[in-house]
Amino acid sequence: MTFLDQSHRQLPTGFAKFLHLNWAVILLLCTIAAAGFLMLYSVADGSWDPWARRQVIRFALGMTLMLVIALIHIRFWRAIAPLAYIGGLVLLLVVEFFGAVGMGAQRWIDLGVIQLQPSEVMKIALVMVLALYYDWLDPEKVSRPQWLVLPVILTLIPMALVLKQPDLGTAILLGAGAAVVMFMAGVSIWYFAAGIGSAIGMVAVVMQSRGTDWQILKDYQYRRIETFLDPSTDPLGAGYHITQSKIALGSGGLTGRGFMEGTQTRLNFLPEKHTDFIFTTLAEEFGFVGSVTLLGLYALVIVFTFTSAMMNRDRFGALLTAGIGATFFFFFAANMAMVIGLIPVVGVPLPLVSYGGSAMLVLLAAFGLMQSAHVHRPR
Amino acid sequence: MKPRETGNATRMTRRGLILVGLQLAAVTGLGVRMRKLQVEEADTYRLLAEENRMNIRLLAPARGLVLDRNGAPLAENRQNYRIVLVREQAGDVEAALDRLSRLIPLGPERREKVLKEVRQRSAFVPVTVAEHLTWEEVARVAANAPALPGITPEVGLTRHYPQGHATAHMVGYVGPVNERELQREDDQDPLLQIPDFQIGKTGIEVRREKDLRGAAGASRIEVNALGRVMRELDRREGTPGNDMHLTLDAELQAYALQRMDGQSASTVVMDVESGEILAAASAPSFDPNAFVFGISFDNWNTLLEDPYRPLSNKSVSGAYPPGSTFKMVVALAAIEAGVVGPQETVWCPGFYQLGNRRFHCWRRGGHGHVDLEESLKSSCDVYYYDIAQRIGIDKISEMANRLGIGMRHDLPLPAITAGLTPTKAWKRATYDEAWQIGDTLNSGIGQGFMLASPLQLAVMTARIATGRAVQPQLIRAIDGSPVLPGEPAPDMGLGQAGLTMVREGMYEVVNNRRGTGYRARIADPEVKLAGKTGTSQVRIITPEERARGVFRNEDLPWNRRDHALFVCYAPFDAPRYAVATIVEHGGGGSTAAAPIARDVMMHALYGPRPPLAAYPAGEREEIERRRAEEDERLSQPPGAAPSEPGESGAGRDRA
Repeated sequence: MTFLDQSHRQLPTGFAKFLHLNWAVILLLCTIAAAGFLMLYSVADGSWDPWARRQVIRFALGMTLMLVIALIHIRFWRAIAPLAYIGGLVLLLVVEFFGAVGMGAQRWIDLGVIQLQPSEVMKIALVMVLALYYDWLDPEKVSRPQWLVLPVILTLIPMALVLKQPDLGTAILLGAGAAVVMFMAGVSIWYFAAGIGSAIGMVAVVMQSRGTDWQILKDYQYRRIETFLDPSTDPLGAGYHITQSKIALGSGGLTGRGFMEGTQTRLNFLPEKHTDFIFTTLAEEFGFVGSVTLLGLYALVIVFTFTSAMMNRDRFGALLTAGIGATFFFFFAANMAMVIGLIPVVGVPLPLVSYGGSAMLVLLAAFGLMQSAHVHRPR
Repeated sequence: MKPRETGNATRMTRRGLILVGLQLAAVTGLGVRMRKLQVEEADTYRLLAEENRMNIRLLAPARGLVLDRNGAPLAENRQNYRIVLVREQAGDVEAALDRLSRLIPLGPERREKVLKEVRQRSAFVPVTVAEHLTWEEVARVAANAPALPGITPEVGLTRHYPQGHATAHMVGYVGPVNERELQREDDQDPLLQIPDFQIGKTGIEVRREKDLRGAAGASRIEVNALGRVMRELDRREGTPGNDMHLTLDAELQAYALQRMDGQSASTVVMDVESGEILAAASAPSFDPNAFVFGISFDNWNTLLEDPYRPLSNKSVSGAYPPGSTFKMVVALAAIEAGVVGPQETVWCPGFYQLGNRRFHCWRRGGHGHVDLEESLKSSCDVYYYDIAQRIGIDKISEMANRLGIGMRHDLPLPAITAGLTPTKAWKRATYDEAWQIGDTLNSGIGQGFMLASPLQLAVMTARIATGRAVQPQLIRAIDGSPVLPGEPAPDMGLGQAGLTMVREGMYEVVNNRRGTGYRARIADPEVKLAGKTGTSQVRIITPEERARGVFRNEDLPWNRRDHALFVCYAPFDAPRYAVATIVEHGGGGSTAAAPIARDVMMHALYGPRPPLAAYPAGEREEIERRRAEEDERLSQPPGAAPSEPGESGAGRDRA
């Protein structure tokens, strides 16, 4: 750990840290969030209430939180990584026993002012603790099986808890985020090949288990998979979401139907138009041009984040940044793939655009960590 | 920096690049997919989106009005205030109905119906809770709207019959479409699918349904995912139904009905030149508005069980033995057949001997020597037994057909009877029995198998009065364009001499002191009435009864008494109107039917309240007294007891 000695001198201090923030990423996040405000305004039939105003306030709070986290030294965050992980686990257990039931799953803890979704927190905490582990572990040992046991266990525990909620989508995203950190840390490609292979095997087993005593997934999850494979089997039931979402997207055409002119949204054909399916509103009203622009903005966030990670010689900071970037990627990619009918409907919001407090706060906090790693990277 | 660390950093950069590459590839995949949906398949999805949101809703057109000859409305459209309930807004429907029932009357029967309908329909579909409300009731509901979520007043059109009972049989009424009507192959108008749409059920309303209904309009509406209407995109109003101008005179029609009050009777007034029916009243009548409102089971049963058959349109549907009013037909048939000369007389000893059977004249003492004119004036039966036997039944029936009896006149009304003019072949086909001479004799005095409706008797009278084949007409104009035939009806080709003799006979009936219809004369020297009385038996007088002398009508139960008939036309010199009246089981035609027909005729000729001088001197005092009573009644608030029916009316006792 010698890089710490040589780098501290050149670190910016005080107000100068502001200048060394990754402003490109901040600007991109603000642009994406602004698009979100616009869409929330639109889905409320041209009203700041009930969603857009509160979203703006939350975003302002989140940005503040991000900057505060960014200005605190990355050493501190590394130090509390295990605490964050344990805290996340505790929250997941709490939600298991005391959580509110929403949309048929226990996901939320009502803290009064805000509804906290522990699985969101866990995504970041897991990335932190794995980054810490691989920062501590000799890079030469990363691919040895005995050193793989701990990170795999660290990943499987929260995954299992989230699966139990049940929230298959988030569980997969948790695993994917962890995998990216491990991949960046240098774990042998063969493990991943094996992992993907066994995942496919597991899917086969899961599908086989349907209708037996040991059925692994809930019936609605099977139905979602089924209707994903063939939406026409149930056009008014579970397939309704996908069908209506595709109609909204497709009817947007190249340039869209115009701001606040989307009939699918206006007339409530779209389910959960202000949360998980908000992208369809944007696609309907701004067309292919609008949806590709948003997609491009997200892609740029990934590029800048990974650039920051690859430039960072602090192994913890680099792994953390990559993990956060990947989590962000899985987030928006899963949501978009869902609304355009590429993957089954999973309850994943579109980051920064979908209405929702805790997801946005956690996400901006995560980018605060990324900024902290960026500001305090060894020079 | 140690080489190993550099190696690690390089490996991390390499892996970072791989990850970025993979992620960008995924993003590209998303972009390609979006392009497919939004650019390549955009048209398909745009169409689907339009299908999602558009809905066509039919707009009911305003039903055509039915007007009388002076433009007075007989059937009009009124605003119908109703209350509708939307389940999803009302929440607890039972509680909502409870609250509503404190403001407007809501019977348990109606309540059950609403609850059933609410359960069947989608939550956002409005269900009619109550209709035909008064403005006050609607205002009460509207004022309490905040306390009544999901309950809203609405206004639509409904049918109203301002003349009520008077035109019920002719105009008919409308009602909601029933299951059978929905399945009719010849009427697949989508309008029938509209809830609460009303179509004709009887009378002109049903027979001129196609004209009156109009064509559906359409409203293209935008609906949301639940099917709720968001806004109207465009609207094409329906074509209103055609207005129907009838030949009826509402005032005369109402008078005729009122004149028959308390009787089971019918009176038809016809223009002898054009065939226009000015009135065709059938008593007792019913209130067509009750049917539009939805008649209660009890009221319906009362109407059905009434022995006076208020629902039957006796003017066109009732078939009665025409009795002596048929004698003109036999007389004309005899003259046309050349079997009777003008001066030829028949000896009437009070009966006619056929083999060992005696056919009695109504006057037991006989009429002595009777010629044609005398036979009509005194209504001698023996004269007609004699000439009927000479002409034969087929020629009698043929003449009856020429005069409009035994055929279904083409009027826009349901259940028009053809009556019956028997022939030898008909009896053979129907009863498999040979025609007897006795049958001919009975037919000769309008009894036996012979049946005619009041409409047919009016047509007969008009044809005798004009000598032309006048056709009855009920519609003057549809939507402003006249439908009456332009030129006068063709001549029937009857000999003028014969017609004159028959007309003279009819004149004598009313204007000769010894005529059977003398009491129904018009005293106005300018306007003379010509007519014929008729009393048709509905039973066979047994020899025992005849021996006992029991055939006084008053001694018989109502439904076995004779029908009273009277046909007439006036003025004698220049005929304008023909009137036919039948009083079921009314007794003698001269006492029960003739005064009604005369009064209605005078009403048609002079308008309401004909001059007293036109009445026979003996009646004037009585008429004056009645008019005074009527004035007094009119000056009193409605609801006062109605006066007694006409002095000639037989009491309405139901045995």
